[in-house]
This record gives sequence, C-alpha cells and structure tokens, in this order.
Amino acid sequence: MGLNGKPLVSIIGAGMSKFGKHDGLLGREIFGLAATEAFSRCPKLDPKQDVKAMFIGHMGESYEHQGHMGATIADWIGLRGVAATRVEAACGSSGAALRTGIYAVLSGLSDVVIVGGVEKMTHRTTAEVTEYLAMAADYPFEQFHGITFPGLFAMMATAHMNAYGTTEQHLAKIASKNHHHGALNPKAHMQKEVPVETVMGSKYVAWPLKLYDCSLISDGASCIILTKPELAAKYTDQPVHIVGSGQATDAIGLYERDSLTSLQSTKLASKAAYEMANIKPEQVNLAEVHDCFTIAELIAYEDLGFCALGEGGKLVDSGATSLGGAIPVNTSGGLKSKGHPVGATGTAQAYEMYLQLTDQADKRQVKDAKVGLTHNIGGSGATAAVHIYRRDQ
Amino acid sequence: MTTPTYVNTPVEPFTIEQFYKFLEQGKLMGGICQKCKKVHLPPRPYCDKCGADKFSWLNISSKAKLLTYTIINVAPQQFQNLTPYAVGIVELAGGVRIPGMIQGVPHDQLKIGMNLQVDFGTCSQPQQWPSWQRYCFKPL
Repeated sequence: MGLNGKPLVSIIGAGMSKFGKHDGLLGREIFGLAATEAFSRCPKLDPKQDVKAMFIGHMGESYEHQGHMGATIADWIGLRGVAATRVEAACGSSGAALRTGIYAVLSGLSDVVIVGGVEKMTHRTTAEVTEYLAMAADYPFEQFHGITFPGLFAMMATAHMNAYGTTEQHLAKIASKNHHHGALNPKAHMQKEVPVETVMGSKYVAWPLKLYDCSLISDGASCIILTKPELAAKYTDQPVHIVGSGQATDAIGLYERDSLTSLQSTKLASKAAYEMANIKPEQVNLAEVHDCFTIAELIAYEDLGFCALGEGGKLVDSGATSLGGAIPVNTSGGLKSKGHPVGATGTAQAYEMYLQLTDQADKRQVKDAKVGLTHNIGGSGATAAVHIYRRDQ
Repeated sequence: MTTPTYVNTPVEPFTIEQFYKFLEQGKLMGGICQKCKKVHLPPRPYCDKCGADKFSWLNISSKAKLLTYTIINVAPQQFQNLTPYAVGIVELAGGVRIPGMIQGVPHDQLKIGMNLQVDFGTCSQPQQWPSWQRYCFKPL
C-alpha cells in the first residue's frame, strides 16, 4: 500500500489507567478508568452514538478466569450493543487490536472505533504468572521441556552476547534508562530510579537475565479512539495520525527461527510500516519498543533500523536512546518501569505517542517530536506489530 | 554430520505425537519433504520452504551441537523441584534445531558450540499433559 505518509486513521482520544496494582478492581473496571480518560479527552464524541466497533487486546482468561473480554468491556463501559471482539496475540494483543481497528476504519464499515487492551495479573503468584505467560510460547517443544518466557529471551541474550560481544552491563543500562524515564511518568508502575549497579546486583531469573532485566507484572488498561482522517477535525483540533502499520509473524518456536539474535517478525512489520509511511528509521524522533526483557529492547534497536545488526550495545552506550538523546526509546518507562499488563501494552504504547505528539508528556516531553514509532511483540516474537505516528501539521 | 537414512515406514502420521512415539522406541525421527528435501523437526502438514505436503520419515543422528542456552531459576510449578536447570537449543544433522533440557553438564561448563547428544529414556519426567516421554541433551 503506497500511501506516501497519508494518514490511515487518526487518534482523537486516548486513555490509560495507572499501571500497577489495582486491588479491588477487576480488569473490566480497570478498563473503565482508561475509557473514561479517553472519552474526557474527546468531549465532542458521543460514545454511545458514534462508536461502531471495539477491538480489545487480552492475553489470557487464566488470570481472572474470564474469557470473552470484548463483550465484557463493551458492557462495562456503557457500550452494550456495540460490536466488540477480543484480539489475542499474547503480549502483542493490543498492538494487533490496533491493527485490527485500522482494518475496520479503512474498510469503511466503522467510522469510529475503540481499540485497547487490559490485563489483571498482580493477584496471581509469580509461579502462576510464569506459567500463564509461558502459554504464549510453543507448547510441545518449549513449555513441555520447562522453557520459560525469561528463558527464551535469555537464550537470545546468550546468543547475542556470543555473536556480538553484548554484555550484561549493556542490558543493565537499558533497565536503568527505562526506570529513569518511568520515574517521570505518574502512571508508571515503578516510579523510581534504579542505578546500573542495582540491576547488576539483582538475582538471576534465567541467566544472563536478572530480576531487573525483566518487565513488571502489572494490572492495567489502555484505550484509544480511532476515526477516519477526514472526520478527525469534527472531534478534535489535536489529532495524531497513524501513517504506517505493519504486522507479521515468525515461527512460533524460537528454535525454528533463522536467527536467534534478531526477530524476523519485527523486521517484516517495520519494513511494511516504514514503506507505508514513506519514512526511514532515521526520521523517527522517538519510539516505544517492546522491552519485556532488556535484551528485547536491544534487539529491537537493530531490527527497527536504529542501528546496524550487532550494534545495539554501542547505541546504548552512546546515550542516544535516553531522553535528550537522538532517538529516545521508551520515554514512558517501557514495559520495564511503566509495567506490562500484557494485553494492555500495545495500545499503552500508542497512548504514549498520543501524549508526546500532542505535547502532553510533561516532564518526559520530547521536544519537537513529529514522528513516533511503536513496536509491540507477542510471545518470543512470533508476532510483531509496528505503527508509525505523525503529529497533525 | 552423518548422512540421513530413509526409513521405509511411511504409514505413521507426520504429527508431533508420532515424533514422541518414535522417541519411546528409541528413535529420533524427523520429516523430510519429498519435493525439496528440507528436513522438518517437528513434522508438520506443509513444508515451510516449498509448501509441499508429502513427507517421509527420516532417522536423525542424536549428535547435537549447542547453539544457545540459559539456566532457569524461576520456573512454573511443574518444574520448580528441578531449579536451577539448564535448557538450550541444539542443532542436529541436516540443520534441524530443537530445544530441551541439558542434563549432566555442570552449569559453569556449558559453552556455545559444545557437543552434546539427544538422550531419551533417562531424562526428568515431571507429571504433565501429554504423557509423552521427554528427551534431553546430555554430554557425549
């Protein structure tokens, strides 16, 4: 689709619950917090009248013993009657929901669409969450042999270190950077600085990944309102346009992939998104990338073209991906510090882009940001969704 | 790496369960695409290289080379009594790769590129669906 940067859809409102521990609230109620904010940012919208479809990212019914999350959310945010579908692509569920919402708008079937995601996780034990998250990996060869999620990314890290000389210190710097950013985000799960030494001194979860290389187990929800670009002005004078969208898959098992140090799904999805947006990686001003583990962020730098293959460690050392650098990455704090309620993550990344490209990111505002990118993956990278955003001119 | 040998038993279905059934018989078997000769482990309905849907079973040598690994400290309930345990991805003859547990190697002696072998019959077997026998990787 050669759109040359023409908007596919426009974001006219966005909301996000605080990420963290929401004792006493079920997932549907947490989503309500995100929806209320999104609606309040778009007062000209009459949700009951205008919203024609909803796509809700949600990874697992195990957490709350609740499936059928599309209808559940529609019901709980006052939109009973609206077509609502749960979209599942593991940790990439709401990136895929966003993509699905774009299909719905572009098809002409639905002028205004809600995309979002939700997960409630913190009431479960770490062993339970480890088991549920592992369900996103291949069962008969990975889970069946005791391979966990951190284990899969740890094997990528081991291979990357062996191939390119990447170090645990590089990964610790990514963790520390994202905690620095998260400390500036009032909605982040963990709003505190974590020095590199603390990361380095934390216990191994799956060698060489330590506790502080892992994202957080969180409760949270995010909600984005999309419309056709030609209708955006009817609802807001501050729309953010999505100008590129790509989604791709790779082998479900890490062991069957061509590379253990790179995600082909990210490469395919970003290539499609860049072409659609008609931009090059160096034109991206900021990015939210899927740092479920620090190594995933480092590999994303390479697969998204922010640096050459194998040079992710150098890019970290240069400081380019910190706030104030050439390409700040995960200004929200990322999954690492903002938190990772898995189904909510993809559209929470879109929420950060909405704030940044409408100058509402406060202490973590990237000056003169015009183009942003989000990168959301499912599982160990069998799914990737990449979106490119542009501020209204 | 040894030359693959064909097995004249094309009647078994090309399923993951059949792969594990062969293991119980002491055989490490993959599916070879009759059209482009790509070896698949696990077997699957369509060749991921040429798209063909006809396969033959193929005996694969148990000699393995370690491509990457990790040591798991935080495990799901089923595996908690085994922690810390090592898992890795190995490459077998014909370039196929499988993941699994590495047993019998001190963790500080694990090294990318080391030679291992696929072992069956003596690996840890936590109770879990399905009741297939696990393979694991052991020193040569």
